[in-house]
Amino acid sequence: MGFFFNKNKKSDQQLKEAYFTASQVELIRSRFKSNKTAMVAGWILTILILMGFFSEFLSPYQPTMAGRDKKYENGPPQIPKFWDENGFSFRPFIYGTKRERSIKTNFRWVVTVDREDRRYLRFFVDGWEYSYIDLEWDLPGEFFDVDVQALTFNTHLFGVDKGGIHLFGTDKSGKDIYSRTLLAIFTSLKCGVLGVFIAFVLALIIGGISGYYGGWLDSFLQMVTDAIRTVPQVPLFMALAAFLPQEWSAEAVFFVIATILGFIGWPTLARRIRTHVLSERSQDYILAAQLCGASSGHIIRRHLLPSFTSYIIIDLMITFPYMVRLETALSFIGLGLIDPVSSLGSLMQNVSKADVLLNYQWYFIPVLFFITFILAVVFVGDGLRDAADPNMIKKK
Amino acid sequence: MSLLSVENLEVLFNTDDGVITAVDKIGFELEEGEVLGLVGESGSGKSVTAKSLMQLNPLNTFYGKNSSIRLKLGVGELDVLRLKSSKELVVVRGGAISMIFQEPMASFAPAITIGSQMVEQLMIHTSLSRSAAQELSIEMLQRVGISEADKRFHQYAFELSGGMRQRAMIAMALSTKPKILIADEPTTALDVTIQAQVLDLMKDLIQEFGMAILFITHDLGVIAQVADRVAVMYLGRIVESGPVKQVLHSPAHPYTRSLLNSLPKLDALDEPLTPIPGDIPSPLERPPGCVFHSRCPEAIAGKCSSEIPISVNVEPGHQSACFLNESPVEKTA
Amino acid sequence: MSNQPLVEVENLNVDFPLGRSLLGKPPMLRAVNDVSLKIMPQTFFGLVGESGSGKTTLGRAMLRAAPITSGTISFNHGNTKYDVGAMSKMELKEYRKQAQLIFQDPYAALNPRMTVRDIIAEPLEVMELVQTREEADQKVREIASKCRLNLEHLRRFPHAFSGGQRQRISIARTLVCSPNFVVADESVAALDVSIQADILNLLKSLQNNLGLTFLFISHDLSVVAHICDTVAVMYLGTIVESAPTRSLFTQPKHPYTKALLSAIPTLNPEDRGKAQKLEGEIPSPVNPPSGCRFHTRCPVAEDRCRKEVPQWRESSPGHSVACHLVG
Repeated sequence: MGFFFNKNKKSDQQLKEAYFTASQVELIRSRFKSNKTAMVAGWILTILILMGFFSEFLSPYQPTMAGRDKKYENGPPQIPKFWDENGFSFRPFIYGTKRERSIKTNFRWVVTVDREDRRYLRFFVDGWEYSYIDLEWDLPGEFFDVDVQALTFNTHLFGVDKGGIHLFGTDKSGKDIYSRTLLAIFTSLKCGVLGVFIAFVLALIIGGISGYYGGWLDSFLQMVTDAIRTVPQVPLFMALAAFLPQEWSAEAVFFVIATILGFIGWPTLARRIRTHVLSERSQDYILAAQLCGASSGHIIRRHLLPSFTSYIIIDLMITFPYMVRLETALSFIGLGLIDPVSSLGSLMQNVSKADVLLNYQWYFIPVLFFITFILAVVFVGDGLRDAADPNMIKKK
Repeated sequence: MSLLSVENLEVLFNTDDGVITAVDKIGFELEEGEVLGLVGESGSGKSVTAKSLMQLNPLNTFYGKNSSIRLKLGVGELDVLRLKSSKELVVVRGGAISMIFQEPMASFAPAITIGSQMVEQLMIHTSLSRSAAQELSIEMLQRVGISEADKRFHQYAFELSGGMRQRAMIAMALSTKPKILIADEPTTALDVTIQAQVLDLMKDLIQEFGMAILFITHDLGVIAQVADRVAVMYLGRIVESGPVKQVLHSPAHPYTRSLLNSLPKLDALDEPLTPIPGDIPSPLERPPGCVFHSRCPEAIAGKCSSEIPISVNVEPGHQSACFLNESPVEKTA
Repeated sequence: MSNQPLVEVENLNVDFPLGRSLLGKPPMLRAVNDVSLKIMPQTFFGLVGESGSGKTTLGRAMLRAAPITSGTISFNHGNTKYDVGAMSKMELKEYRKQAQLIFQDPYAALNPRMTVRDIIAEPLEVMELVQTREEADQKVREIASKCRLNLEHLRRFPHAFSGGQRQRISIARTLVCSPNFVVADESVAALDVSIQADILNLLKSLQNNLGLTFLFISHDLSVVAHICDTVAVMYLGTIVESAPTRSLFTQPKHPYTKALLSAIPTLNPEDRGKAQKLEGEIPSPVNPPSGCRFHTRCPVAEDRCRKEVPQWRESSPGHSVACHLVG
């Protein structure tokens, strides 16, 4: 009996020690883990990011015009089945389709499904070639052109032996919506991350200088920040995006859009960073370090930066969905990354016609992905913010 | 029946780290016109007790099943803990019971004039017209010693000094003529000379208004000046209670004795200071048995760490919860 | 013990600007007004006052943490002599090793993201007093044990400690570089009463063991009475009285000191009503009264008090007062 009691006491003591010696980061992590909503959202977000990263592997067809299926335009989704009236099959299959012109519809193409014709799915098929490192940037000006290709594969997760498989259907030119969705997630992710990064760098410099040095420098920089913040974001974006020349390549447009996002997003972040710096600067322990003769560099490095790193990461996570939303919104109205580039916004652009609502409902599937993505990021951001709440961590 | 009768009060908080017992089955009574001092250090539960009287504790609080806080009002008797909605509690909050706080800046809304806030309170609890309420408020401000009261009536909280703000808060609290005034560390944030003025004022007002006061503080000196009776709290329990003179001159509980010994006294400059050894335990780790045994210089090995002492009468009206007081030889009166 | 004061302040004035103004100089607030005092080595010098008295500013000025508008502060330790107001950068670096500050708020004085060991070691690293990590570790352990902190405490973060323990960590950090002069600014005010005695005893024992000199700033006269050898009372930026503790508390001469002493609530319920009440509010330091700054609240003020600033005079050996009515 005594043995068991001692064991319990020891692990209690170990738990206490673990708590006392846990740094801020570890405490935040453990708080985050206990928040179920945030954990679920975190997993969903991770899956989406992985899907986007491995989009080429997961897509049977190229998401561009090159990969379109001319025989299956505006086709409804083909869901793999294991069982139908003809029997059970271990291998999933879809039905073959035939296309013919029909008098009934004024000689337009009509696609019929042949339930006798089973097309079995195959896994790890060979298909179109893709590379993980494929930089072919055709930026304005010859000097900036980049052309690097490495990590090339051509295996894809699944495919069919005959014809095409379109899990989410196809759009009006035959492009596979499933493949486009995966690529779109990745594109929007990249754009958002780049935008946040640019905003962060600008905000760190301006907000940091403002908060640390104070005085007239602070007042001046704050005026500039406020001036930019008061301009409404969407019209500003529209104005800047409208100047983009038509003939620029997709990559160039991508970079410029991301830069514009960063330019719009930095004032809010700068203000937050400035607040963090200001509130930490007036802490007694900073004064204690100064009284020892610590240089500004030491104080910034040792005290200020670590103090708000975790908050900045959270701020970035909170800003990220706004960036993605902004880019999506603008692509949706025709500025930014538009067809034929796959971004969530351009995919949603196709959805806005009445024709689509009535006949091609599967065009909405990317919208569901967009909503899930944004919600996941928001919940993770909320979870992180709650976990890092200083009132809970700095226990008196 | 006493004006206020608290029985078996248990206050628990639901937190991320588990259930915290802030107040562990205490009971006390307050008579009309009496000043009861509630003394304790951090974690003693004195503020939580005070807030329970008006159910002002945060949302994650819950009370023990057998706890009751009975108030004797003109219309009858009620149990504050049985009231559920804010509407039902209006009778108590600001009406029968008023509260003043340590930080007057926190108790006044910064963007509304003091006068408007006082009038607002009167309009809720009395049937006075707005102009009558204004007149009464200015009168109260004068009564608490604020000069140029009609000018101050229209000022904002930040325009007054600390001492004046505290007086204004007292004026606001007393304007509804409550039966009980709860003063939660009202002079802790004030300078010593201002504190003396405010304590003097409170004593005058007690004479004039005849309300009962529950005076919460950690400063035993203030209690000695103001209170009739005192209850000493430690980690959610009342360890000793009785008339102020008796408790301060002949403390019966080891905690009270140790506390008094650790205070620097102006009339005993040569005596060394004897702190109470150890630290106040966190409310998450309340010691078993007697809450004070882990730091008690007179603890009885074995007994104090496993059994909870009950309050016994040391002298009439003077109680202490300690096994050492349960001597078979009774003190003769 | 030498007869030379460790710190000598002469006619010190400290002004702070009020707000910013675009043109010319903004109005100034005189926080410390013509203060002179002497702190002898290895003693506890108490500085007492209410809000607006300027005691914190005076303490910080001695450490060059507040601007010195005029007057001198001299530091004399053995062969080293500094004029704190006119030091070069090199001298300031050296001075910082000799004179340090203990903060009031134990919760704000420690960086919550650093371990206790790192917090205590930081002054050593900043002031380049050690070469290796082992040296630093050893010094940390030495001072930690003097402040009654265990070795296992060193690995933990501040959030694991109570107020009293944090204050001890704060004290350890202040003392790790072996200063000679320590300013303790309200070091026990934020602590529970039963813990205050603990910290006061610690400070007293440290003073004996390490031969330190303390400037102990507090608003709490009873605390000051127990621990200090000499006490100076400040009101609105000026020192009104200064004397050895016993003399000050048994024979106060200045009307403010008398009122202050009688305003302290005693533990004797029989003393009710005997206190001498000071009327009125403490004036704002922005607009101090003319002549003797205390005259607006002084129960025995005369006409002269309103017009003339009283002189700082030694009324009996070691006991100085600034009052027209004290001989």
